[in-house]
Amino acid sequence: MPLDLVANVIIAGVLTGMVYGLMALGLSVIFGIVRVVNFAHGEMMAVAMYAAVSLFAAFHLDPFLAAVPIAAGFFVLGYLLQAGLINPFITRPEHSQFMLMVAVATIMVNGMLMAFGPDARNVQTDYQLDSWEFGKIIVDKPRAFAAMMAIAASSALFAFFRLTLTGKAIRACADNHLGALVVGLNVKHLYSLTFGLGAACVAIAGCMMILFVDVTPGLGPGYTLLAFIIVIVGGLGSMTGALLGGVLIGLSEALAGLFIQPSAKSMFGFALLILVLLFRPQGLLGRRP
Amino acid sequence: MNRRALGLLAILGIFLLIFPKIANPYLVSVATLILYLAYTGQAWNVMMGFAGQLSLGHSLYVGVGAYASAALFSRYGIGPWAGVWLSIALCVALGAAIGFLAFRFGISGVYFALLTIAFAEFTRVGFDHLDWTGGSGGLFLKVAQRDQIDLANFRGPPEMYYYTMLFLCALALWGCSRLLKSKAGYYWQAIRENEEAAQALGINTFRWKMLAVVISAAMTAVSGVFFAFYYNNLFPEQIFHISRSIEIILGPVIGGVGTLFGPILGATVLTVLSDSITELLAQFGWEIPGIKQVFYGVVLLLVIMFLPNGIWPALSRKLGLGK
Repeated sequence: MPLDLVANVIIAGVLTGMVYGLMALGLSVIFGIVRVVNFAHGEMMAVAMYAAVSLFAAFHLDPFLAAVPIAAGFFVLGYLLQAGLINPFITRPEHSQFMLMVAVATIMVNGMLMAFGPDARNVQTDYQLDSWEFGKIIVDKPRAFAAMMAIAASSALFAFFRLTLTGKAIRACADNHLGALVVGLNVKHLYSLTFGLGAACVAIAGCMMILFVDVTPGLGPGYTLLAFIIVIVGGLGSMTGALLGGVLIGLSEALAGLFIQPSAKSMFGFALLILVLLFRPQGLLGRRP
Repeated sequence: MNRRALGLLAILGIFLLIFPKIANPYLVSVATLILYLAYTGQAWNVMMGFAGQLSLGHSLYVGVGAYASAALFSRYGIGPWAGVWLSIALCVALGAAIGFLAFRFGISGVYFALLTIAFAEFTRVGFDHLDWTGGSGGLFLKVAQRDQIDLANFRGPPEMYYYTMLFLCALALWGCSRLLKSKAGYYWQAIRENEEAAQALGINTFRWKMLAVVISAAMTAVSGVFFAFYYNNLFPEQIFHISRSIEIILGPVIGGVGTLFGPILGATVLTVLSDSITELLAQFGWEIPGIKQVFYGVVLLLVIMFLPNGIWPALSRKLGLGK
């Protein structure tokens, strides 16, 4: 197998992996702080992808620009979803939370089916097939821009959690729920903010993903599982872990597509998840609880 | 269970026994589906409801159980009465392997649930590429004559499948009520409520959790065999899919996790609900794809929000049926 082909596949895998990382970062924030298993995560991304398709069709708005209003909209929707539906479920058993999110996901998937029909949709940008060539190495422009956007969005989220008072308060809720209540933090509001931020992350990831993946209503569940795999492989509660996990999964999928059958690529993700759960349950970069 | 409950149960039993004689074939097929979901939900309930181990990958046992018997039948002509034992053995081995790995390495809660999903999905993609069972193209059983009963090969009219499932349901109900009152049942409930406390009392939590997984897997294997011979076709994409696992657990969750009648009631309510939504939408002429599931999702949401313990505990209190 020619070495330049392998190198190109590796580069594409890493770049896609960064978008996966941003998507998983959204889940990591929600799962790590609110402790709710967001089984509608991939479905939320599919909704964002449809939003990007609609904005592109209506106003010819580039997905990179569309990401801003879509992320803002998702932040508000995420806040309302957490405040209205999920907060009352915080103290309920896990299977109950899980069923709640399954119901939300069912409504989302079929709402999309009703609104957009079963056909695959995408956007046709004029730079879609552009690339940079460095000798034999070819880098897709859309993928590279998407990866840069993912890095920018993740950095903004890092900065928010490290530097702002609200970000610190949210981290305090995750560290010690009771303690946060005792010192008078409005935990429910902070949880809603967190869910909103997670939703905004996945919205941006969706806007990037539409550049290289067609969206169908049934796209969601697979990405939900992928996001969980990435978060657990990377380490729960570790934001860099989510990005690293995303890159690892993107890379392994790309290489699996090259060396084995592309349709078998998700087996690698699940095998990796099983191995990590068994031998390093805290994830690659997570701390042991 | 008090006398009133026993009386009602007897009436229900007699009604179900004569049901195929009084109902049309469509209703019998709906009832068969309800019984299938009730039985499978009961199996899941042993693991989650009794022992508190959340499995979101029960489609694994349905699928492996179905494929094992169906492959034996279609490849070698070995009937399901022999095949069901292979199905059970394989599922017990799988359940034991997953349970061993998870419980030895101290994986619980959401992580355990994700592990079960991972195994089911891994197997789904594996079967997609397994040519011996037809791969993603599916495995088909020869559709037999529907008007004569061939019990040896489990081929026959719809009523035969109905009574088989009714028998399995009754057996599972009786078995589970015995289990719940046995030593294992009390140990499981102790583990479910507080695993550390149970361990401190000297309960070998590893062993009893393993037992719950193995019993649940074995029971689910049988519903897989039923599935294969009732529907006659198997696709990895369908039978191992996570939506099938969710379908299995919806009944018990809606009916009442950990209760004996919850899985039966939940399966009935959900199936009747889903069919009446279809009917109602057809009446109004709203046949947009997806609209039915949206309604279904909304109802599901409302039940989970307002009846957190499921319908059965509330209903049984209202009717004065005791536990």
